[in-house]
Amino acid sequence: MIKKLPKKDVAIVGLGWCGSIMAIEMAEAGLDVIAFERGPWRDTATDFNIGYVQDELRYVIQQELMITAAEDTYTFRNAAHQTALPIREYGSFLLGTGVGGSGAHWSGLTWRYNPTDFQLRSHLTERYGAHSIPKDLLIRDWGVTYSELEPYYDKFEKMAGIGGKAGILNGVYQEGGNPFEGNRSSEFPLPPMPMTYAPTLFAEAAKNLGMRPFPTPSGNASAVYTNPYGVTMGPCTYCGYCSRCGCANYSKATPQTNIIPALMRKPNFTAQVQSEVLRVQMDASGKRATGVIYVDSTGQQYEQPADLVILTAFSVPNVRLLFASGIGQAYDPVTEKGLIGKNYAYQTNSSVQLFFNNKNFNPFIAGGGVGQACDEFNGDNFDHSGLGFFGGACIMSNVTSGWPISNRMTPPGTPRWGKKWKQATKDNYLSTTVVRTQGSSYPTRANYLGVDPTYKDRHGRNMMQLTFDFPENDLRMSAFVTDKAAEVARAMGPKQIVAKAPKGPYNIVPFQSTHNTGGAIMGDNPRDSVVNKYLQCWDVPNLFVIGGSAFPQNAGYNPTATVGALAYWAANAIRNQYLKKPGPLVQA
Amino acid sequence: MSDDRFQISRRQLLGAGALIAVSSSFANAATILGGSPLPWAPDAAAPPKNIDPHNWTFFSERERVQVEALVETLIPADQLSPSGKDAGCAVYIDRQMSGPQGQGARLYLQGPFAKGLPTQGPQSAMTPAEQMRVGLAALEWHCVSAFSGRRFAELSVEERESVLHGLEDGHIDLPNDVDGKAFFDVFLSRTMEGFFADPIYGGNRDMVSWTMLGYPGARYDYLDWIDRHNETYPHPPVSISGRPDWKVKA
Repeated sequence: MIKKLPKKDVAIVGLGWCGSIMAIEMAEAGLDVIAFERGPWRDTATDFNIGYVQDELRYVIQQELMITAAEDTYTFRNAAHQTALPIREYGSFLLGTGVGGSGAHWSGLTWRYNPTDFQLRSHLTERYGAHSIPKDLLIRDWGVTYSELEPYYDKFEKMAGIGGKAGILNGVYQEGGNPFEGNRSSEFPLPPMPMTYAPTLFAEAAKNLGMRPFPTPSGNASAVYTNPYGVTMGPCTYCGYCSRCGCANYSKATPQTNIIPALMRKPNFTAQVQSEVLRVQMDASGKRATGVIYVDSTGQQYEQPADLVILTAFSVPNVRLLFASGIGQAYDPVTEKGLIGKNYAYQTNSSVQLFFNNKNFNPFIAGGGVGQACDEFNGDNFDHSGLGFFGGACIMSNVTSGWPISNRMTPPGTPRWGKKWKQATKDNYLSTTVVRTQGSSYPTRANYLGVDPTYKDRHGRNMMQLTFDFPENDLRMSAFVTDKAAEVARAMGPKQIVAKAPKGPYNIVPFQSTHNTGGAIMGDNPRDSVVNKYLQCWDVPNLFVIGGSAFPQNAGYNPTATVGALAYWAANAIRNQYLKKPGPLVQA
Repeated sequence: MSDDRFQISRRQLLGAGALIAVSSSFANAATILGGSPLPWAPDAAAPPKNIDPHNWTFFSERERVQVEALVETLIPADQLSPSGKDAGCAVYIDRQMSGPQGQGARLYLQGPFAKGLPTQGPQSAMTPAEQMRVGLAALEWHCVSAFSGRRFAELSVEERESVLHGLEDGHIDLPNDVDGKAFFDVFLSRTMEGFFADPIYGGNRDMVSWTMLGYPGARYDYLDWIDRHNETYPHPPVSISGRPDWKVKA
């Protein structure tokens, strides 16, 4: 028996970064807002205690802040001819749960995507010719441009207290910043983080090679900062527990540090936690959302009517809600019909380990956003003529932790146990570092999200099914950029390097990245995209689908700032256009 | 309304701001609201408690002997550290196996079950604790049959090492369809977790692994050390529960 509740103006599904941004924007507009979060209420003082948050086993290995496979999981296969099987224990990606969502456990790297990333197909067509783009690559323009998004990147960065050095400020190159970035309308709200040893060595080596390194934009506060909502962050103390952990210090930008304290003061906002939205409720026409159906932790189901429904449940869960609600047509890789689940992409990462004799990096003095990077080989910052691939990667020295269970590098050939293992572990713990590349991921016809025919979730719904392998394009890209990263690594003077470019097939077990994208992509027409440039569903104008699900492809950067900018951009369109005249914001 | 306890609104926050601070779950905070006049007892706090290293919770006496022999072979005593056994790795694994990790609380354990490809991850229908028990028994059977009735713990160091290498390299087939290499990989991971985790979990006793590495443990503030590049950090490690030398002696 589904209990029907009194109507709200807005129902938001998921209270992470996007949900918090949409909630405060809608509440500021005077609307009566309810946000649903399937996980628990989590706040800094109560849940991220400074006395015991530095617990690698609890948060990093056993992943306490993450959704468990027991609660919600997916089936996986590399290719459509295989039988998809459930991810019984999460590994490759880790989805957050609870208030703050993945915004509570992210590292803090806060990149803007390059202007050409947003117009990828038209840019590559113009520079290299349409014939140069392999037919199998489903890369697209986003329907929104960098300059349209720029004010919203700026707003996100000021909300989150991001530290960094502008590279292009009002059209003028700034020494020490990223020379390849899009134009910025203002400097970062905070200066770059003070540098630890490894990134400092990396930057010197890169400069000697003629590259232009710059400090990574960081969501770990480099100084005391009060954001436009009046919420104050404390300076990061470099405890090295950012990614997968909650910040005890009010230093890492998170929904609970930067937005929720202001949001909870709004009398027209309610957070409904431990309540999972099962589907969007549609009217008989299928063209209008009437609210959401959710289940609380006792198993009771409710209907929450709302005029406006906003999905902010993270990329893959957003797509799952569309499937469960019967919205749009599921993508079929054989007929290439349907759009829901299409354009799934990920991130193509690699690493180069550096072993030194005579260095002490103190790797435990660390922060998720502390680092130096080079963008020479990212996106289309370099000439791809004749290379046989498109895309690129950021090359970084970004030492985020000295966790001893996870980070104990030893040179190749070292045993995994016994006395020789122990001696090598001791000898290399302080004197080893890593140069990483974080690369683009371009969608293909074969990689997609679907509905599994066999396995059910705990609510009796068919599970989502993930079909993914690294495209040849991306493997070539990563091999190329990993070689460039190895050149910088060698210039740092180690006794030995070990470069590890990814090889197929993609494996769901080892952690790689929680930067899953696509499945409900944005674009300039309903034939190719699920949502319009304002993240509004083409088929259902009172439904907005916000998050990484909207990315037509992923770039060589961490996606959080782009996700946040899209949320502010969509919120602005709702407040200034949609509320005045509810209906499609873009005519199909 | 039955869902009130999950609703967080401004009214409740203003009325119950201090109460929220006692619990990560608003359901509990709301319960306290109706009963106790104060949100917490004087001098109360809820730090994690150290594990009691006595009283085995999962392993039988025979399993305990076997597991202690395994962890001291994987992590032998030398001038760098005590053995995995003396560091408490077996205690660590024992407590994990009887706790939610061992019971598979985070795992999806519904069928149907199929073997799958390596890229699809483990597909066992058993909990980690069940796999541990079955794996230890299979290893013991292997040893008894291969070494004239001797159990793993009764083997010489060289014999133990050769068994473990055989498992690691996939050269030893264990009875009862146990995948020896998979069992070894999981057991090695659990051992290393115990050795390098905070001592509150029962392993890494007296922070022996952290002292060996030069890892300062559960410290949270390195502001004075960010720009002291290539210098040796001077302070000893500290656990979530403090340091052994902080303990009040009876």
